[in-house]
Amino acid sequence: MKRLFKTYLEKPELAGLILLLLLIVVFQIRSHGVFLNQDNLRGILGILPEAGLVAIGVTILMISGEFDLSVGSVFALMPMTMAVLMLHGAPFPLALLAGLLVSAAIGFINGYVTIRFAIPSFITTLGMLFMARSLTVVVSGGFPPLLPADLPNWLFTSFVGPGNMFRMSFLWFAGIAVLTSLMLSRTNFGNWIKATGGFPPAAAAMGIPTARVKIICFMLCSMLSGFAGMLQVLRLGSPLPSIGEGMELQAVASAVIGGASLAGGIGTVMGGIIGTTLIRVIDNGLVLSHVDANWFKFAIGFLTIFAVVANAWMRKRAKAIKMED
Amino acid sequence: MADVIISVHNLHKWYSGVHALKGVTLDFTRGEALGLVGDNGAGKSTLINILSGVHTADQGEIKVEGRTVRIAKPRDAMDLGIETIYQYNSMVPTMSIARNLFIGREPTRFSVFGVGLLDQKKMASESIRAIANVDLHLRSPDALVGELSGGQRQGVAIARAMHFKSKVMILDEPTNHLSVKETKKVIGFVRGLKEQGITGVFISHNMHHVFECCDRVVAMARGEIVLDKRIAETSIDEVHGVL
Repeated sequence: MKRLFKTYLEKPELAGLILLLLLIVVFQIRSHGVFLNQDNLRGILGILPEAGLVAIGVTILMISGEFDLSVGSVFALMPMTMAVLMLHGAPFPLALLAGLLVSAAIGFINGYVTIRFAIPSFITTLGMLFMARSLTVVVSGGFPPLLPADLPNWLFTSFVGPGNMFRMSFLWFAGIAVLTSLMLSRTNFGNWIKATGGFPPAAAAMGIPTARVKIICFMLCSMLSGFAGMLQVLRLGSPLPSIGEGMELQAVASAVIGGASLAGGIGTVMGGIIGTTLIRVIDNGLVLSHVDANWFKFAIGFLTIFAVVANAWMRKRAKAIKMED
Repeated sequence: MADVIISVHNLHKWYSGVHALKGVTLDFTRGEALGLVGDNGAGKSTLINILSGVHTADQGEIKVEGRTVRIAKPRDAMDLGIETIYQYNSMVPTMSIARNLFIGREPTRFSVFGVGLLDQKKMASESIRAIANVDLHLRSPDALVGELSGGQRQGVAIARAMHFKSKVMILDEPTNHLSVKETKKVIGFVRGLKEQGITGVFISHNMHHVFECCDRVVAMARGEIVLDKRIAETSIDEVHGVL
């Protein structure tokens, strides 16, 4: 029993999960049962994948000990790249590939510059935030290009499942979540990510190519953000150059609420997802409970701080439980 | 001639103009516990870093079991059976004991381009055995290394080196920041290496610790070896005298 208690207290995503369940109950009561009805859930699940995929990338990168502020800009640049290419006649798969390559290249530059010049990734990616956003506006030519009519929406945004509960994007999200989660917890590469973020000198001394591990995490983060941006553009039907603004900080909040440590080494993919869901639930629940929607950001801010404090407290409690056997 | 395991010949190293290692020639004998002493900046860390693949020598030759080798990165040293335990601790505190034991050398069930699924069963069972082999009593391989004491962590690091059948174990200031009781334990580990035929290279500022557990002492000063004697043939005072 004691061991079980300790094991759960050590789970970084526990605080977020408890908060999430609590809020669902509160909103369900305050909204007189509207919150958990099918239409509302469908709304939440329809947009969750976009922020969720970004949060997965940011969480993994944070576990490796780095940070990405440029995800919101890549979120806009990737689909804009696709839209411009398709406007010039490129077929969708080619445009998708090009968009992902652009995202990967940005991730590579973020990682390479950070490591090569030994500067904080906060600075590198802050610079990239402005550069990628600027590029988005420049390639769009100031006006969002029209998307072609024959897009494979059936693959990304159509509603599917019992009662048309999910969008296809949710299946992509779930699939990527399972894969990245397995990568982090069950593969040797996941072990290297945690070691690299947990204590870089030890990881390097044990022969782990820490620079390469970090750069791969940067690239993965960028590609997931770009892919998420494409999902949003397909859902909205237009590649606005302003999408994803402020997303970087929400993604960091998601990761942190889900238990990821800014110092690296600690966190889970599931935590990042729980954090994102929490933010989406608050956004939606406040409206349903007839609370002034301007409280949304206040709630996110409060929760971020609260979750970190709660996590630190629980970790300390877990450490205090000595198991002698 | 005794059974030489590592032989370095005329090793030089410059750090941006500073001549840190000035033609060091030294043989490490199999199964011997060698104490490496010297002041800060004497070149002992440089020598160790070259042997463990953290830095490469600018000039000179390294032979392992008679064969000339090139140690370009930590992994090369590990593959040659040279394992280094650093003073700053070679463990990741946020990870479990089992995960730490296998960092960089995880057993996988199958892999593509070197990335694969961890064999967690094997990791758990082998880490329990590895820890028991160095006489460490820990509750579970799933405990976080961050919860262990400094001595226990050094114990796990030594268990790791033993598990991967290292031939030479370099311990860089392993008794720093340890309590008296834990220092005793680490010194016990170093003594125990001999029985397993492992060469121990014990780097320390504390001459008493070196004299307590080593067979031979090598003193360095200003990038050169200034003394190389069997413990039985020298004294703490003599070593202090040359430093």
